Amino acid sequence: MNAISASLADSRTMVRRNFRHTMRNPLALFNAVIVPIFVVFLMVYVLGGAFSVGGNYVDYATPGLIIMTIGYGIGPTATAVNSDMTTGFINRLRVMHVSRAAVLNAHVFEIMLRTLVAIAIIIGVALLMGFRPSASFPQWLGAIAVIALTVLAIGWLTVAAGLAAKSPESAGIFGVPLMLLPFLSSAFVPADTMGPGAREFAEYQPFTSIIEALRGFLTGAPSTGTAITAIAWCLGLSLVGYLWARATFTKRA
Amino acid sequence: MNGSAIAASGLRKAYKDKTVLDGIDLNVRTGTIFALLGPNGAGKTTTVNVLTTLLTPDAGKVIVAGHDVATQTKAVRAAIGVTGQFASVDDLLTGEENLLMMADLLHLPKAEGRRIAGRLLERFELAEAAGKLAVSYSGGMRRKLDLAMTLVGDPQIIFLDEPTTGLDPRSRRTMWEIIRELVAEGTTIFLTTQYLEEADQLADRIAVLDQGRLVAEGTADELKRRIPGSHVRLRFTDRRALDAAARVLPESTGDDDELTLRVPGDGGVRSLRALIDRLDAHSIEVEELSVHTPDLDDVFLALTGHGNKEDSAR
Repeated sequence: MNAISASLADSRTMVRRNFRHTMRNPLALFNAVIVPIFVVFLMVYVLGGAFSVGGNYVDYATPGLIIMTIGYGIGPTATAVNSDMTTGFINRLRVMHVSRAAVLNAHVFEIMLRTLVAIAIIIGVALLMGFRPSASFPQWLGAIAVIALTVLAIGWLTVAAGLAAKSPESAGIFGVPLMLLPFLSSAFVPADTMGPGAREFAEYQPFTSIIEALRGFLTGAPSTGTAITAIAWCLGLSLVGYLWARATFTKRA
Repeated sequence: MNGSAIAASGLRKAYKDKTVLDGIDLNVRTGTIFALLGPNGAGKTTTVNVLTTLLTPDAGKVIVAGHDVATQTKAVRAAIGVTGQFASVDDLLTGEENLLMMADLLHLPKAEGRRIAGRLLERFELAEAAGKLAVSYSGGMRRKLDLAMTLVGDPQIIFLDEPTTGLDPRSRRTMWEIIRELVAEGTTIFLTTQYLEEADQLADRIAVLDQGRLVAEGTADELKRRIPGSHVRLRFTDRRALDAAARVLPESTGDDDELTLRVPGDGGVRSLRALIDRLDAHSIEVEELSVHTPDLDDVFLALTGHGNKEDSAR
């Protein structure tokens, strides 16, 4: 067996392992969707009436909720990556000559799978509550691409943070800023309605570009500039996460 | 291979200004159990990591299973199995799935993987729990599964980093039996332990590691012989007999509360007979007699000057 087919076989084995983790830990998926669903209700039925965003509020808020869902789904992966590192599981794999890529890719794959399922559930809930996207088929593909790239970026950052954390508990905390950042973006109200300071922060943080790009696709009015900025953020953050994960893996393992 | 499974010379490793390994030389013969004994922080795990290709030493040369660890990493990895300090099993997989995952990572054919997994589950008495998630296993079962996972690849040399730390006495004995069986089949075992009894029970040779240096190496008996302190302990039924014996054996030291007398001596048959004859000549009744040779705790104290971890913590 040559190196490439061996590495592919190992990747398959590790992906199968992580897939089983997802299936056997339904609580992780439940946690990923429960808070965003609550926020959908809160924003649409409780607070949304007070916001004037021009049009149906659920149409405005859903792209932000989709992105917010990502932050709620990453905790289990950060913890799992960290316990692989701290219990010596990764060392066991290294002694078996399993490639670094196989181990890390499988975790990123798992987080993407779980998060995309969670996002599908959230979109379903939003549709029930009156979300009426007006995207054409290619625009849907664009929206899915933005979502997938965002999950990829956050997935790699999560794996890196999981590798770098001292304990599974501290790895879990990594998700908290990602849960809060969408609130300081244009997810729920347009940035230009915010107070000074918050407005500038919201305008320039990556979640705003990503959410605006997604909103553009879903409402059938994509802006090329926003989409390019969003994709650039995603690719940049993916690269940072990937390099960070690689370096930490080599240093700690 | 010239009968040497592991040969290391001049190993050094430092983290920033902290020296962890300070010139370690090791030689482990094929088919034997070698114990690296030392307190927490002595450098045991670092040594294992260097010998198992996980860590590159700052200096020194390591040959494992006839291959250079630095340049023939893959060949070394194919010959060894490592069971780390913590049971590194996958909690969300069943015992059987854990073993099959190892078989897959070793690129064994499916049927062979199943056969090996089934055999190991039987052997380690895990067959009944094979379909349960590892998260539900007891500490002893996790360790057994951990070791079984290491054995899927049928390694020639097995490294066990503190294999019984945290186990109850019964699980510990089970683990010892398994280790003895492996050696009987021709496997070489390199184990680290902070339990003196464990090294005494299992190892053909013991190296004592203290603050990154080997302070002694030899068989358990050789190490024990390096220090004085053999004595015979006599226990009496009453104070009168104790006092009488103390007068007859002026070299002894007594303990009035325990009604015991400690008589220095090598515990050999000749000196024992002489001792009993002296007591008989004065018609002194002895309740109990026991011969004490120094244990490895005494050895450790004598070699390092600071005892094991409990002592140094005081």
